[in-house]
Amino acid sequence: MEKTVNIFLFGKKYEVPAGLTIMTAMEHAGYQLVRGCGCRNGFCGACATIYRIKGNPELKACLACQTEVQEGMYIATLPFFPLVKQVYNIENIKPTEQIMMQLYPEIYSCIGCNACTKACTQELNVMQYIAYAQRGEYEKCAEESFDCVMCGVCSSRCPAGISHPQVAMLARRLNGKYIAPECGHLADRVNEINEGIFKSLIEDLMQKPVEEMKELYNSREIEK
Amino acid sequence: MYKIEKYNELAKLVAEKRAENASLEPRRMTAQEKETLLATFHPDYKQGEFTVLTAGTNKGDKVPTQLAELLQGHSRINADEVDLANPDYDTDVLIIGGGGAGASAAIEADEAGVKAMIVTKLRIGDANTMMAEGGIQAADKPNDSPAIHYLDAFGGGHFAAKPELLEKLVCDAPEAIQWLNHLGVEFDKEPDGTMITTHGGGTSRKRMHAAKDYSGAEIMRTLRDEVLNRGIPVIDFTAAVEIILDSNGKAAGAVLMNMETKELLVARAKTVVIATGGAGRLHYQGFPTSNHYGATADGLVLGYRVGAKLLYADTLQYHPTGTAYPEQIFGALVTEKVRSLGAKLVNIDGEVFMHPLETRDVTAASIIRECSERGKGIETDQGMGVWLDTPMIEYKNGEGTIEKRIPAMLRMFGKYGIDIRKEPILVYPTLHYQNGGLDITADGMTGVENLYAAGEVVGGIHGRNRLMGNSLLDVIVFGRNAGVHAAAKAKETAQPEGLTLDHIAKFDAQLAEAGIETETVSPKLLPNYTKQASI
Repeated sequence: MEKTVNIFLFGKKYEVPAGLTIMTAMEHAGYQLVRGCGCRNGFCGACATIYRIKGNPELKACLACQTEVQEGMYIATLPFFPLVKQVYNIENIKPTEQIMMQLYPEIYSCIGCNACTKACTQELNVMQYIAYAQRGEYEKCAEESFDCVMCGVCSSRCPAGISHPQVAMLARRLNGKYIAPECGHLADRVNEINEGIFKSLIEDLMQKPVEEMKELYNSREIEK
Repeated sequence: MYKIEKYNELAKLVAEKRAENASLEPRRMTAQEKETLLATFHPDYKQGEFTVLTAGTNKGDKVPTQLAELLQGHSRINADEVDLANPDYDTDVLIIGGGGAGASAAIEADEAGVKAMIVTKLRIGDANTMMAEGGIQAADKPNDSPAIHYLDAFGGGHFAAKPELLEKLVCDAPEAIQWLNHLGVEFDKEPDGTMITTHGGGTSRKRMHAAKDYSGAEIMRTLRDEVLNRGIPVIDFTAAVEIILDSNGKAAGAVLMNMETKELLVARAKTVVIATGGAGRLHYQGFPTSNHYGATADGLVLGYRVGAKLLYADTLQYHPTGTAYPEQIFGALVTEKVRSLGAKLVNIDGEVFMHPLETRDVTAASIIRECSERGKGIETDQGMGVWLDTPMIEYKNGEGTIEKRIPAMLRMFGKYGIDIRKEPILVYPTLHYQNGGLDITADGMTGVENLYAAGEVVGGIHGRNRLMGNSLLDVIVFGRNAGVHAAAKAKETAQPEGLTLDHIAKFDAQLAEAGIETETVSPKLLPNYTKQASI
């Protein structure tokens, strides 16, 4: 006999095989998902879910595709959360403290409750990266928030109304574009291509008979 | 620790041989060895799994059986029920699909000053781009060149790529990286700005650029942010179910369906870009998949029904290292970067059975051989697997490497109690990528005028196998390319007239002529994993 557990989907009880994820358990119960299901591999943040285990007051958050069902799990999915995303032109802004104040002033209303960090489905130190954003330390904010999948659970728990994932998104773009060092060899290569330096080399390859290409390919030198 | 004691026992042998295995440099297979291996063990060579098309543009060609059923299926809609005279949306460039290619096309079309609009059946960013882990290729180091990149990709794809498409891919690659970087994508760099690059299977130079092992996610979320900043309309949870043609047979829009209310809507456009991605969720040959929920070959069906031609639709990529255990993440991708960083493939006896960086098709076939003919695989509840010796990464490169370079992998297995820094993991090939797809010209147009295609839905860029890191590259290069050309074409195109869905009846007539009787309707839109569906 297959081992089963009792779970409660939006309060309704279902008995499902142990070992399923919350997502596959919902499907096993008969839900044909449209909302709340994206990559099914923990990268897209579509399947944010909150749950309590019967008898335990603690509210937990997770990604439904990455979390195994447990006995007595009360589950509610959070397929959409109204995050605030401010619109800006990346070419016209600069990585100064002012830009955060201008676009996301609510981050300065953080009361330090740390509910965001406790709720994070990726176990990130969310409150810390907001603190970095407050201080204009975008490089640190970018690094601390890097694994964010923008599921929005942190924001659902925030008494100050902060849209943490969008704050982090801005910090990462500022860092990637303005703060991280420019890549010299990349700029050089783009220029060389624009000057047509490789044109004849490539055209020569494109015209070669397949047998000759095979010979070239099979004898090519491979960097250690 | 593994919950199943047998795996802990077997892993001990891997640990014992780690030092010896780490110092090995396994020889690469000869061309002849690879050919024989593929013919014997690669799923593309299993004749019984394919069906020859008897209707449509590719009549006479073989494609996977599940795909044939959809390509030779009926429309989801009745043409009489759609009011083409009063479109719900009017735009210059209609982009179908909200992944990396669709978003790139939209940004370029917007940049060109035309009206662009994205429709996507899930959300923008729900795409295989988001899940690409390992990296993106570009020949931008001094010891490398676009010509060397060309040779690697052409050989890796079995000399079948369309030269003019591959030329574009490799020559536009450095500029694509620069474009992304200038949008704010964070690449792994040295303090002086030098890109940190590694090998992928089949590369002869280290040209894999990455953003840890969230490379695709970092690119996708930045593109999405840029689309939203530009105010480009994104109609989400809305699928395209038919392409609309004008009185001259040119693409002129699409019939859309709200995924939740099922309401049908009409979008009129001067040019259309299909950027719907791949087909992993069709589970060819019963394989699990690393693909996102919506990867159901919709774009192939949309294009095929209006007469666009497919190229190499019979060739699929099985990523060699899908997760074989635990069952909760069965089939999930274990990035090739794990091998780029030094992990080797090991059989049940603790032996390294191949060079870890052969091309994907060869590596997948070799793992299948190890688990079948050679009987050296490890049994799992779902089938078989071989070891991928992840602790070897830190044995070679020092502690902390895994957390810094592949944090997503550490997290994914960590949730099930497996610490990949200390324990090797079990892997087996998983359905990963559609090598073939819609045939395009170098300007991105399919065989139907004003109908463009970009990203995984296209065939011919890579040939019959694709190298790691060339797909993220392809969605950016050809997504942008389609956006540029679709916008330019839209500028010289008048408001389409005589909108029609006559192609549905014409295709039905071809099905009837071929004697095909089917109840299948397509595109599929989503897989059905409910218990009821499996009974």
